[in-house]
Amino acid sequence: MTASTSDPIVRMERVNKHFGDLHVLKDIELAVKPGEVVVVIGASGSGKSTLIRCINGLEEFQQGHIEVDGNELVPDGKSSKALQRIRTEVGMVFQQFNLFPHLSVLDNVTLAPMKVRGWNRADATETAERLLDRVGISDQASKYPSQLSGGQQQRVALARALAMEPRLMLFDEPTSALDPEMIGEVLDAMRELAREGMTMIIVTHEMGFAREVADRVIFIHRGEIVEEGTPKQVFDSPGNERTQSFLSRVLKH
Amino acid sequence: MEVTFQFDWAAAFRSIPHLLPGIPWTLLISFGGLAIGFFIGIFFGLLRISPIRWLRWPAILYIEVFRGTPILVQVLFIFYGLPQLLGGPINALTAGIAAIAVNSGAYISEVVRGGVQSIERGQREAGLSLGLSRSQAFRYIIWPQAFRRMIPPLGNQGIISIKDTSLFSVIGVGELVRQGQIYIATTFTALEVYFMVALMYLAITWSLSIALRMLERKGLVGQ
Repeated sequence: MTASTSDPIVRMERVNKHFGDLHVLKDIELAVKPGEVVVVIGASGSGKSTLIRCINGLEEFQQGHIEVDGNELVPDGKSSKALQRIRTEVGMVFQQFNLFPHLSVLDNVTLAPMKVRGWNRADATETAERLLDRVGISDQASKYPSQLSGGQQQRVALARALAMEPRLMLFDEPTSALDPEMIGEVLDAMRELAREGMTMIIVTHEMGFAREVADRVIFIHRGEIVEEGTPKQVFDSPGNERTQSFLSRVLKH
Repeated sequence: MEVTFQFDWAAAFRSIPHLLPGIPWTLLISFGGLAIGFFIGIFFGLLRISPIRWLRWPAILYIEVFRGTPILVQVLFIFYGLPQLLGGPINALTAGIAAIAVNSGAYISEVVRGGVQSIERGQREAGLSLGLSRSQAFRYIIWPQAFRRMIPPLGNQGIISIKDTSLFSVIGVGELVRQGQIYIATTFTALEVYFMVALMYLAITWSLSIALRMLERKGLVGQ
């Protein structure tokens, strides 16, 4: 999917986050256009998860500002109305799935559309069944999360986020907690979503996947964006020596 | 050594009809008190984990006071002490229920706190990321899971409170122990009667244990 020329759906300007003495994010500048797939890479602890968690307000930041689809987030979490609107429009998939264990697969997916969007049960169920079918879980709708494999759980988590009809999807290491044989099924579902034109910001260690689906790759080192470009640029001829040493470590095996 | 005293089974069985009238009182005080204590516990338990400091400290004060003083002193204070403040008597049943309520409420506050805090952070984050408000995330995601984890410690507290009602014989409320004392005063069969009183407590607490195990099994579906 090529990026359109329209206004960015996400704009981060000079975003800084401190955690005590730790400077977690340093002057982050990032603009993501509708339909764009941005993959964020970097060593663990580099701040890449923190960066995307700032976009839907799961983390606060201290300086700068973030605008998501016309809603502005200001420092220190003092923007609850805008935050609520952003969270309604932005879906997120977590490393640990975070499915609701006390609810069936179907109820996991219908909860937010019913409670936040105010849909009736019939409409929510119809949408949920369509989405579960799309991620290949339709025959498990009445089961509970613990009865599913990790790969299935993560696909349910994807359907749950999509049920809110988000304009942007955030992925926080969606395959890092999965057994190797289940990574493919989750990446396939994400690949399809990208093909359909969803705007996505993905934190991942799956470099092959990044190369394949990303319109743009961002490399973060110690809270700073040190390299940014097409997958070809970043993977084949990285300009920054930090990027080079990181890639040589992760691509070697 | 020669056995000098025989357990008189006939006397034990004869006492049953005299003890039975105590059971409804024991049940009324313990379950009435626990029902109120449950709501007190939810209220102060949630205050205790409020992000706002000045909401937390009244909860801490309440919990420390009622967990840190004997329930016998609490019921004596309510039954004999409070009327001096209020200018009118409090009946023994009300005093008993109130004592169980405030005492179990303090412990249940801690049970509620522990239950809520045991739910992984990711559950709340997942709810918020879907657009749920903080109170919706609590109501639909955190509380149902926390409540299931609270069942075993709540069962513990229920059993403790049922047994605590035995102390209320001191304020003359006609619960099990009181009925036993009255009967023993005329028959002098302390061994048999207290044995039967103990059996009756055991029947109540054991039934509660079984009911809770069933509730827990039902609640664990899919987990």
